[in-house]
Amino acid sequence: MIKISNLTKKFGAHISLDNVNCELNKNESIALMGANGAGKTTLIRSILGYYHPDGGEVLINGVNPIKNRMQVLQEISFVPQLPPPIKLSLYELMQYISISAKVDKELIEHYANEMKLDIKENMHKSFFKLSGGMKQKMLIAISLAKNSSIIIYDEPTANLDPKARDDFYRLLKQNEEEKVLLFVTHRLEEVKDLVNRQIYMDLGKVVWDEKA
Amino acid sequence: MGFSGLSRLLLMYIQITIVILPIFILITTVRSISGDRDNHILEYMLSFPISLKQYYWGKIIGRFITVYLPVLFAMVVAIVYGAVKGALIPWNIFFLYTGLLFALSSAFLGIAFFISSFVKSSEVALGIAFFVWIVLLAFIDIALISLMMQQRFNEELILIIAMLNPMEIFRVAAISLFDPELTVMGPVAFYILDSMSQGVFVFISIAYPLGVGLIFAFLGFKIFKNKDLV
Repeated sequence: MIKISNLTKKFGAHISLDNVNCELNKNESIALMGANGAGKTTLIRSILGYYHPDGGEVLINGVNPIKNRMQVLQEISFVPQLPPPIKLSLYELMQYISISAKVDKELIEHYANEMKLDIKENMHKSFFKLSGGMKQKMLIAISLAKNSSIIIYDEPTANLDPKARDDFYRLLKQNEEEKVLLFVTHRLEEVKDLVNRQIYMDLGKVVWDEKA
Repeated sequence: MGFSGLSRLLLMYIQITIVILPIFILITTVRSISGDRDNHILEYMLSFPISLKQYYWGKIIGRFITVYLPVLFAMVVAIVYGAVKGALIPWNIFFLYTGLLFALSSAFLGIAFFISSFVKSSEVALGIAFFVWIVLLAFIDIALISLMMQQRFNEELILIIAMLNPMEIFRVAAISLFDPELTVMGPVAFYILDSMSQGVFVFISIAYPLGVGLIFAFLGFKIFKNKDLV
């Protein structure tokens, strides 16, 4: 599903990804780990087609995410570590997502309710005015409603309370089939029950890759 | 200075517009993309399947509406006020001046997006925007006269610099619409108006800044598309 071949990305003299080779396949739940600066975020951004590599390539179902970004991004859901300060109201954000990714707004509401986030009450509030936990719940609801075959979570539970974490894991369990789930995490114990593969990166290289 | 009343008021309004409108557009627009990049909005919003073309030009149209609408609204209010007071509305001047404002706004919007597309941080973007504004402001008629003529620069060079500057073009065209005899226009402005008819110059004054805005906006898009997005 995701094929990373000889991927190298440099920022000035700093090599962020150093000839990375990796394949992530359907029905795999992967914990991507590593110290700060190991290259995890650069790898994710390369998968999303944000970076032009200095060498090698990324293919999503055989398609280049830079050249065919719309086709590739239809297949990917992404939740960043820190919710960005988007000024749009929840209604406008849902409208943007509904039009760009053809996501059913009712489905977003459904998953938000499952995450105990009352969208209707906050519909016309700016996204950035919500609490950290509410923002994270909203982004998770969107990622699930998008029904993508690849879901990328960058420390998704950082802002969630224990109850919300349980809801999140429960929903993920219900939605993991036939998908690639990629978790960027520093706390393996949190996603241990969900993942069946662990990748450890250091200094821009994959140094450890173990399947359960 | 040989003029008073309405002419003085109009001149003040035009001078204020020349100074305020470009810096207002530059400062509020230059962070459009770089700001989104800084605070990770770009990273999230572009994770949805929209093309870079849609994102970039959508942003430009949105910004244009935001900056131009208040200016247009002020013009409409002035028209309504004049009509209520029973004044004869000079519609040709209204449309030409609105067109000049449209063109000036386009030029600086394009320049702002161009800057925003290649800088890495909002602070740098603001710095560059301020530098562009101050340079263009320096090369309106006053600086052209006091510095360049004193230094005996070639007349054609002075004229080319004046004609390349969207702020100077706007200034001369706007003042000439109301009163082409005003001495405060400066010698360069008189020279320009002597070289071509007012109609041709006003047309150039609308077409040229529009072209500048579009060229810079396209260049900005090329850079935005071909470099790392975040």
